[in-house]
Amino acid sequence: MGHLLHNTLAFFTPAKGASPNAKDIDTLYEITLVIALIIFFAVEIALGYALIKFRKRKGAVAAQIHGNTRLEVSWTAAAAVILLGLAILTFAKLSSIQNPPNSGPGGTVLGEQNNLIYASNERKLPPNGKALEITVIGRQYIWQFVYPGATEPDGLGAPYSYEEMVVPTHTTVSLNIVSSDVVHSWWVPELGGKFQAVPGYHNYTWFKVEKPGVFRGQCAFLCGRGHARMIATVKAVEPAEFEAWLANQKKEISEANAAAQVARAKLKAQSGAGAVGNP
Amino acid sequence: MATYAAKSPQISTHRVEHEAKGWTSWITTTDHKRIGIMYMVTTFVFFCLGGTEALMIRLQLGAPNNTLVTPEVYNQLFTMHGTTMIFLFVVPMMAGLGNYFLPLMIGARDMAFPRLNALSYWLLLAGGIVFYASLFWHPPEAGWTSYPPLSEALYSPSGGQDAWIYLIHLTGISSLLGAINFYATIANMRARGMSWGRLPLFVWAILTYSVLLIFALPVIAAAVTMLLTDRHFGTHFFDPTEGGSPLLWQNLFWFFGHPEVYIMVLPGFGIVSEILPVFARKPIFGYKAIAASTVAIAFLGFLTWAHHMFTAPIPEAILVFVMLSSFLIAVPTGVKMLNWIATLWQGTIEFTTPLLFCAGFIALFLIGGISGVFLAIFPVDWQLNETYFVVAHIHFVLMGGAVLPIFAAIYYWFPKMTGRMLSEGLGKLSFYLIFFGILITFLIQHVIGLDGMPRRVYEYDNVGHLALYNLISTVGSFILAAGVLVTIVNVARSLKTGVIAGPDPWKANTLEWFTSSPPPVNNFDVVPLVRSAEPMKDIRHEIQRRSSGAGSGAATVPAGATQVGV
Repeated sequence: MGHLLHNTLAFFTPAKGASPNAKDIDTLYEITLVIALIIFFAVEIALGYALIKFRKRKGAVAAQIHGNTRLEVSWTAAAAVILLGLAILTFAKLSSIQNPPNSGPGGTVLGEQNNLIYASNERKLPPNGKALEITVIGRQYIWQFVYPGATEPDGLGAPYSYEEMVVPTHTTVSLNIVSSDVVHSWWVPELGGKFQAVPGYHNYTWFKVEKPGVFRGQCAFLCGRGHARMIATVKAVEPAEFEAWLANQKKEISEANAAAQVARAKLKAQSGAGAVGNP
Repeated sequence: MATYAAKSPQISTHRVEHEAKGWTSWITTTDHKRIGIMYMVTTFVFFCLGGTEALMIRLQLGAPNNTLVTPEVYNQLFTMHGTTMIFLFVVPMMAGLGNYFLPLMIGARDMAFPRLNALSYWLLLAGGIVFYASLFWHPPEAGWTSYPPLSEALYSPSGGQDAWIYLIHLTGISSLLGAINFYATIANMRARGMSWGRLPLFVWAILTYSVLLIFALPVIAAAVTMLLTDRHFGTHFFDPTEGGSPLLWQNLFWFFGHPEVYIMVLPGFGIVSEILPVFARKPIFGYKAIAASTVAIAFLGFLTWAHHMFTAPIPEAILVFVMLSSFLIAVPTGVKMLNWIATLWQGTIEFTTPLLFCAGFIALFLIGGISGVFLAIFPVDWQLNETYFVVAHIHFVLMGGAVLPIFAAIYYWFPKMTGRMLSEGLGKLSFYLIFFGILITFLIQHVIGLDGMPRRVYEYDNVGHLALYNLISTVGSFILAAGVLVTIVNVARSLKTGVIAGPDPWKANTLEWFTSSPPPVNNFDVVPLVRSAEPMKDIRHEIQRRSSGAGSGAATVPAGATQVGV
């Protein structure tokens, strides 16, 4: 019986979280669900009972009641009290959902160089101020992830990836969500809620994964015809593996850039200076 | 206006002016009843169009990775569906019902401004035609919310987006003029004795609907005008690269968009508050509480718009404020639900089709109301927002809160409009198909959303049981459509062959039942003095008292009383 109840509840709950904020949202949801189901069944049963019990019968006379102020006041108060309880519960959970914890001892060591701290009171950082900061850029119809490690003063030259974000385990990851064209929405259900990528604005969230794994998500705000195929994957790996991946990414990007430069020079030579548009 | 001090109900002369005949008479009419019927027929046609779009959406989603329609067509379908149902069906359908019944219920002979009333209708029709004409070129595809920059010329260059803008303008002016007309009519044209405390609850609802429209519509009108000038005249209101802000649109749109939900459901609440007491044979429980909660919901409705923007970059203080204001709005809504159930309590309930639709409304709207509380908790909303959970929520709110009451209204008031009854058998069949169709289609969509499927995607992978759940939802939508079809058949048959209704077939409470069915052009030759919130009950008692007094002597009434005014 308990098993059945648990399964039924699980049917009506969101994805189990792999990050503390997603777990806390899940807990908050489940408590709300229990309260909601109690109210739901109470009201539906009252309605059903009234419809069956007071259906028209021979000799029955309808009671000519116009109302009852005490009843009116008490159910108004009861509704308010239940909602007040839900509000208090939300506030109790809020700080653990919004405020990221420090990275764990097994996480990636975050040095000054790749620890970018934003001067923003909206961005929540761990108590020690250290988090792996990744900029998530939404564009029609692909997600780009830019890692710390810019080589040029204007922020260019940083390693990046498309579609798949690789992150180290035990490490608090802070996301800076932006858009380069229309409104998108970042969402990987197991890693917490969704946040819109709005052109001209920064939006922030965070997650922290303990065990290696792959988490799937997709753009959650209509962004055009390719919206359904704008997928996002987060792959959590051991910190050592992450650092190797990041180094490789850097190497491949600089190699590709060098190759592109050569190709551009070749094209320029072929068709004459200034005649080449966008390659 | 009501200057007739009638001592007793009596019929003197009918049809002083001849009722005009032929199709031109419909174009030139300023009679609120004809305009009301044109509203209802037009909006029902749009309901069928919007429903067809919904069925195509469900067919596409009936199987994973389906290729029935292209992403372009899919985006056009849900844009047309949402826009049609809101701007061309629910809001103007409520205006149509208000048009026909509001003057009758308050004992007036027409609306305050009959020609303005006709203009309202023709503007609505023009909006609908402009919008649907885009089918022949290129329909809009940025969703009914049309967020820029996606709806800007750079990303949506087709004229379909402009057709959408003109639809908002034309239906907006139509609703605004209608709202002013309703307000003026209610304020000035009530029968003698109909104080605010005796106003039928449907009239309270239409009054609140009108006030909401008057406050909300100018905001959306401004927003779409800004979008129009952005698209064609070089402004940059929503363009961040030139100092504009896409968030400005979200704020303006939802400042209108949230009250719009109450614009759609409050008249539904009003319909239910009229019908339940008639078939429970009891007065409405807590008349004042229901009227007051209608006004409270309307006021709070203007404080909660940012709960549609919980995932947007907005300050935390706003998140908290809006969560609390959204919680607050659940209180008057809950009060209404309990009042309706208390109205049924200890009654003698007659299970007619209108009553079934009202009971179905309570059962299903409750689900939409409760899922709304989940969405008001902003951290929970971060998971549920923009998924099928929200689609399920809004459909329980609108199917429960607006569509079921509209069907209740059709079955309840058809006899008044045509003089003939609808078939109860077909009516009940229609109810059960629609009721279970809604449940099957939308209950499972909560689970689809919880399993991570966002809305507005034209395809999905079969992760978990998504294929099965979506198939269930698709099957449900066709059951629902069958239910609507049964009512269409019922209406078509009963127009010719329905049982003759007579003036008051339900033994109802409000003044529209005082006149003949269908009512004459001037509605009433004599407007009775209103003595309570249920004037027809008083009139029936008076007639019974007098006739029993005349027939069997003064057995049940004091002797002197029978002589008054006979």
